[in-house]
Amino acid sequence: MQTSTLILALLVLTAIAYQLGRARSLRVAGGPRGARKLHSLPAYYGLLTAIWCSLPALVVVLGWQALEDRIIAGQVVQSMGGGVQELAPGELSLVLNDVRNVVAGNVKPDAVAPEIATAALRWQRLDGLSRTSAAVLALCVALAGGWITLSRIKPTMRARNRVEQIVRVALMGCSLIAILTTIGIVLSVLYESLQFFRFVPVTEFIFGTQWSPQLAIRADQVGSSGAFGAVPLFAGTLLISFIAMAIAVPVGLFSAIYLAEYASRGFRAVTKPMLEVLAGIPTVVYGFFAALTVAPLLRGVGERLGLEVASESALAAGLVMGIMIIPFVSSLADDMITAVPQSMRDGSYGLGATRSETIRKVVLPAALPGIVGGVLLAVSRAIGETMIVVMAAGLSANLTANPLEAVTTVTVQIVTLLVGDQEFDSPKTLAAFALGLVLFLVTLLLNVIALKVVRRYREQYE
Amino acid sequence: MNKPDPLRTAQEQGRIRDLVERGLRRRYRAERRFRAYGLAAAVSGLLFVGFLFLSIISTGYTAFVQSYIQIDIRFDAELIDPEGKQVEEILRMGDYSGVFKAALREKFPQVEGRRELRQLYGLISDGSAFDLRDMVLDDPRLIGQTRELWLMASDDIDQLVKGKIDRKLPEDQRVVSDLQLGWLDALTAEDRVERRFNRVFFTAGDSREPEQAGVLGAVVGSFLTLAVTLLLSFPIGVAAAIYLEEFAPANRFTDMIEVNINNLAAVPSIVFGLLGLAVFIKFFGVPRSAPLVGGLVLTLMTLPTIIIASRAAIKAVPPSIREAALGMGASQVQVVAHHVLPLAMPGMLTGAIIGMARALGESAPLLMIGMVAFIADIPGSLTDPATVLPVQVFLWADSPERAFLERTSGAIMVLLVFLLVMNAAAVILRQKFERRW
Repeated sequence: MQTSTLILALLVLTAIAYQLGRARSLRVAGGPRGARKLHSLPAYYGLLTAIWCSLPALVVVLGWQALEDRIIAGQVVQSMGGGVQELAPGELSLVLNDVRNVVAGNVKPDAVAPEIATAALRWQRLDGLSRTSAAVLALCVALAGGWITLSRIKPTMRARNRVEQIVRVALMGCSLIAILTTIGIVLSVLYESLQFFRFVPVTEFIFGTQWSPQLAIRADQVGSSGAFGAVPLFAGTLLISFIAMAIAVPVGLFSAIYLAEYASRGFRAVTKPMLEVLAGIPTVVYGFFAALTVAPLLRGVGERLGLEVASESALAAGLVMGIMIIPFVSSLADDMITAVPQSMRDGSYGLGATRSETIRKVVLPAALPGIVGGVLLAVSRAIGETMIVVMAAGLSANLTANPLEAVTTVTVQIVTLLVGDQEFDSPKTLAAFALGLVLFLVTLLLNVIALKVVRRYREQYE
Repeated sequence: MNKPDPLRTAQEQGRIRDLVERGLRRRYRAERRFRAYGLAAAVSGLLFVGFLFLSIISTGYTAFVQSYIQIDIRFDAELIDPEGKQVEEILRMGDYSGVFKAALREKFPQVEGRRELRQLYGLISDGSAFDLRDMVLDDPRLIGQTRELWLMASDDIDQLVKGKIDRKLPEDQRVVSDLQLGWLDALTAEDRVERRFNRVFFTAGDSREPEQAGVLGAVVGSFLTLAVTLLLSFPIGVAAAIYLEEFAPANRFTDMIEVNINNLAAVPSIVFGLLGLAVFIKFFGVPRSAPLVGGLVLTLMTLPTIIIASRAAIKAVPPSIREAALGMGASQVQVVAHHVLPLAMPGMLTGAIIGMARALGESAPLLMIGMVAFIADIPGSLTDPATVLPVQVFLWADSPERAFLERTSGAIMVLLVFLLVMNAAAVILRQKFERRW
């Protein structure tokens, strides 16, 4: 049975269970007029039956789905014998892929080795068996759950409380997904990174100044012969982020000041949403803009001035990234500036200060912690930004501070190392996870500090 | 005690007033300068927006038209169906590129030699063979007849017609040769070159040939991916928000969840891609490149956004409503289900739409899970390999063919229109249903 039909059947069963539970509660209470004797409304008895009918069965189906492939693969490998079990994981997965291709019908059985063909046949049989047994099991669980609940319905049964208990647990389960995601990120990135650090020592990764992961692959050797020193990547990331912040902070801050303190209502009403449009544009659009409009423009200007500008210069990527971050800085700064109490401004005006003096000497210092927090968040954004640099920054790891040269960044390297079909266990692929770990830790640190600063500042004036 | 000299005081006063006035002038100048900086910053922000849109639209609007060339096509039975059987399998195998090549030779009989002929055939898109085949399959009686047909021009010719290739460049620096220029001019003189609305762009999947490439495959892929994302992230996000706002006890564990959500909202999207690769693909064995795994990754990415927006919407429901319901004997779950949730729903939906708009524009995590493959077919299910609009933009932007430049901009415009519609829907929803208490 297909999984979708199975789920459909479960849904139908659930609907029936609801009706049955409802009807039974009324019957045990002695007809519709006896509903007053029930502890809860009849609908809650129906709901309870429906939940116990569907929930365990769904768990069975999903659990089966998640494990089915592995179990079958294990069975098939065992049946193949003949040294297959002793193969290295990489070769084993190749063999299994062959089998899968035959099973899926991409390859005809007579086009492969006979062992593979028999294994495929076995796979198909196991697959059919597993599907049938999954369906039977799930339906049995559903029927049993529904029937047990039905048989327990009594007027004194606290159906509403039970349903609400389940609802609460489900709600809590949903909020736990946030924690699970974080744990998932940490575990997956950490696990692969640790494997990587078996090939390359941590110190070499963090302090090495040579980055050329391609070498290791071409020579078909272990990672230690390739160069995995990430300093040029960190430097490139910082350079581009610095250029971006050099654009975004002044422009964002000044426009926030202007919009919050000077602009007329009409100007503000038009300009603010227009600037926020910048925040809604997909980053791939900025990347295209940087690579095809800004970079040639800068090159042309550089040529006229007699400067050598690389076609994938850090300047172009940084400039466009800065534009992307402007609304981020400006809207946060705007929040912070408007949160400064009017009485502080009035006090300053009362002493004869002009508006700009008030802003510079009173409003900005008062808003500074919040603004700093916002800028930190923007920095973490810039460091983690991917598409702009993938499209507009270079691939070669140059260790330079010259914004006119091409540099590469952490995110660019992650993408280039992982795009395309890769072996999971080559140091090249694992290096991407190590870079991801660094990226995650750095942005996490920035975010924690920034959120703390912003929160403390908000509380100050609330 | 010395009485101050009135004369001197006056003098002094004048001096002080002078000083103050000079100081005031200076301060006012500083004021005006400061104000000008602010204005300049705001205006430069606006200019960036304008420049960005101008550059995209000016390169992209031509993607919506395509050049066609009219030639007399003779559906030669020799090439299509030599044995005259008229069965579909044989008609499907016919040499349709031979058909239009023969027509071109007929049109320009003076062309000789392989190199020149190849240039001549280069006028018409290879994809025209498929169009001709479909025509014949529709109506086999065409075989043996001659028709005046408009065929799609090849990408380079199309670029030339649109004026994107400079005719004055020396021949070795442009992709269109002098011969091709001559033929094209001859055709133009006979009114046989025309620009039409580019239907292919909206009805085809990806292709290596720019003139046959369209965005439909990516649009469908985006739609499937977003459907998964919405179906998972909206219920989960709303449930998490309800728990945190209405039920969670104020303890360290709840604090931890909150801090976690806020941090996840600021984690770089590419990290979610790494998570998807390691957990969903490697551990659970979800098929690569499929909308299913893309949707799962984007779900995790948009969850924080939706939770934060939903919590704000729940917070905005005044406590008096809860108290009234509790006073009538409702349980806490009933209060939430019957009163808080319906009242907060518009705000939650707004948050969900904004989260979806972000997910629609996201491409970095999808690169990690293999949604960058070249896929010409239009995906039909959640486990088919697919790509999404922003990744299509990325792929086309990387292509060397000149004609992909305008198509990239065209795809960006399609993407921006979708985003505009979603954001407009969010704004309308907010204005129409948001209640101020």
